[in-house]
Amino acid sequence: MRTLIFILLVLAVCWFAADCARAAELHVPDNAVAGQPLTINAAGSGTLYLIGPGQMIKREFKSGSVDIKGEELRSAGRWIAIVKGDHQSQVFWVKPGKPANLSFLARPSRVPVARPNVISGVTFVFDKYQNMVIDSTPVSFKLSVGDAGSTKTVTSHAGVAWINSASAAKAGAAQFVASVGDTTVRRVVQQVAADPCKLQMHVAGRSGDRVTVETDPIRDCSGNPVPDGTIVTFIQTDKNGKSTVDARIKKDIARAELPASDNATITVAAGVVLGNELHVGGR
Amino acid sequence: MARLLLIIFVIVTVALLAAGGIHKSSTAPASNPEGAVQAMFSNVQGHDWNGAYSYISPASVDLQTFTRELTGRDGSLRTYSQLESIGVRTLKETENEALVRTELKYSTAVGAFYDTRDLKVVKDSGNWKVAWAAEKYPAVPPQVIPVNYLRWDIVWRGVGDDWGAQNVENPNCRILSMNAVEREGGLIIMGEVENEDTVPAFITVGAVLTDNAGKDVAEESSFDQVSHVLLPKEISPYRIDFPGIKKSDVKSLRMTHNWMLVPASADPVIGVLHQRIEKDLTGRTVLKGELLNESGQTVNIPHVLATFYDNGGKVIWVSDAYSDHALLPQTPQPFSVALRDDLAANVHSYRVTVNHYSLNRGN
Repeated sequence: MRTLIFILLVLAVCWFAADCARAAELHVPDNAVAGQPLTINAAGSGTLYLIGPGQMIKREFKSGSVDIKGEELRSAGRWIAIVKGDHQSQVFWVKPGKPANLSFLARPSRVPVARPNVISGVTFVFDKYQNMVIDSTPVSFKLSVGDAGSTKTVTSHAGVAWINSASAAKAGAAQFVASVGDTTVRRVVQQVAADPCKLQMHVAGRSGDRVTVETDPIRDCSGNPVPDGTIVTFIQTDKNGKSTVDARIKKDIARAELPASDNATITVAAGVVLGNELHVGGR
Repeated sequence: MARLLLIIFVIVTVALLAAGGIHKSSTAPASNPEGAVQAMFSNVQGHDWNGAYSYISPASVDLQTFTRELTGRDGSLRTYSQLESIGVRTLKETENEALVRTELKYSTAVGAFYDTRDLKVVKDSGNWKVAWAAEKYPAVPPQVIPVNYLRWDIVWRGVGDDWGAQNVENPNCRILSMNAVEREGGLIIMGEVENEDTVPAFITVGAVLTDNAGKDVAEESSFDQVSHVLLPKEISPYRIDFPGIKKSDVKSLRMTHNWMLVPASADPVIGVLHQRIEKDLTGRTVLKGELLNESGQTVNIPHVLATFYDNGGKVIWVSDAYSDHALLPQTPQPFSVALRDDLAANVHSYRVTVNHYSLNRGN
């Protein structure tokens, strides 16, 4: 009886030793990269599970290596390799792949011209499987209106790169482009003119009982045209009372028709800016 | 018994339906001027145009013109209105002629609309008849009116855009002033709001009143007493009415607003000509003038907003009025906005803006 018990214990110890030896034969790589093929060496046979962030891969294997395709290994981070029925596991880390995507936040969408540090751009660098690339990566920012523009390269920290920039002196739709390698993302920042610098009007014509007044091209102090649609108010005062027209700037000029009068004073204003005064008379 | 009741119910039902379908209509000759005007407008109320015309002196207007004037045209507010009540009063009467003041109240799509007219009534073959002074509708001559069509369109964030692609920002607007006054047994909040941005804005302005216990007691918005679509640098008055609330019951008020970026058009341009403060037929103080549609498209329902300032530039009253006539291109159209008599002496200056509703633009 004692002999039988001894034999059973020896068998159990051998089984346990063999099992431990088999687990120790699972070799995971040290430098796995998301999106790139991965080979895991394993002895014996069984079912291998790879459990990563938001993802799991299952493989049946026999003695040899287990190949994981690049497109299967999508998530960067901490992975666990475990064989079914085995009590041990191996941990390995998968790094993000090459920068392939950018999330680009540009603020604001409209900004006055010639203001310092008024435009901000923040990029988050990702690989093609949306893993944040935390290694330092040079990100290029380009802000241009027409042919004029400036470029600045910033190195990302922990996956984030940002700049502050002044708005250009020239009005228009500024193209704000962030790029990493072949990847570029474009945003539009509308740079708008400031208040009119000078407001000058003249009589443009008369027809019947109307007189047409129009402004000279309305520009801000940097020479940019004031945006179309901006309200310009013409006010005529005569013995019949006050006549007003809220005209809109179209193609840099605001125009209004007012009643012809024997003796009238016409003034013009756009916001807080007052223009010249006209005295008109005679029908 | 049951059958008898059934027959009675059927007869009563038919009688009620018939009675409901019949409008009061009368063409009996009028024995006095007031009666002629009253009978004429009673027929108008029942849409019996022939009956109404029987009280009109045929020499003054033809049936077609008379009917068109009362039913409205060009999609104006009059076309969406119904005559609700009639008040008549003889101002002057001789043996063959009289002047009758008529105060009409229409119910319209935008609320009550009041119209006061002095009608001349003449004796025609022994009967009193109204000498209808037909409005002269100017015919706009065929022409081409060049318009540089300016509008703002917006490219919104798309479904496939990444999370970094934010929408274009809402416009910057500002409430320039706020004045709370107690009038007509209620609290009225008024002031002005400006679109300071370079893009059009859709705005709403409201107020929340808090009582002495710190509890919100009322919330209102300016509804139609504001220009909701403001173009760049445009200023609009606003007025918020809290009927039945006293200023002493309110500890504080909180203004609420919402500015949204919207596609908009810069047309039509409407001139406000010959503005002046006068007394109307009934002796009330009004701001009168003419609206001139300088664009080439008919404005169906014009809405006038008037802001009155004291000599310190403070907004002391905001008033509005709809016109029941459409604004035809290049054609002046009179308007009148009421001003409180007790405030007239304090008014130092005023500003008139015009909202517009056009059927073919959907705005």
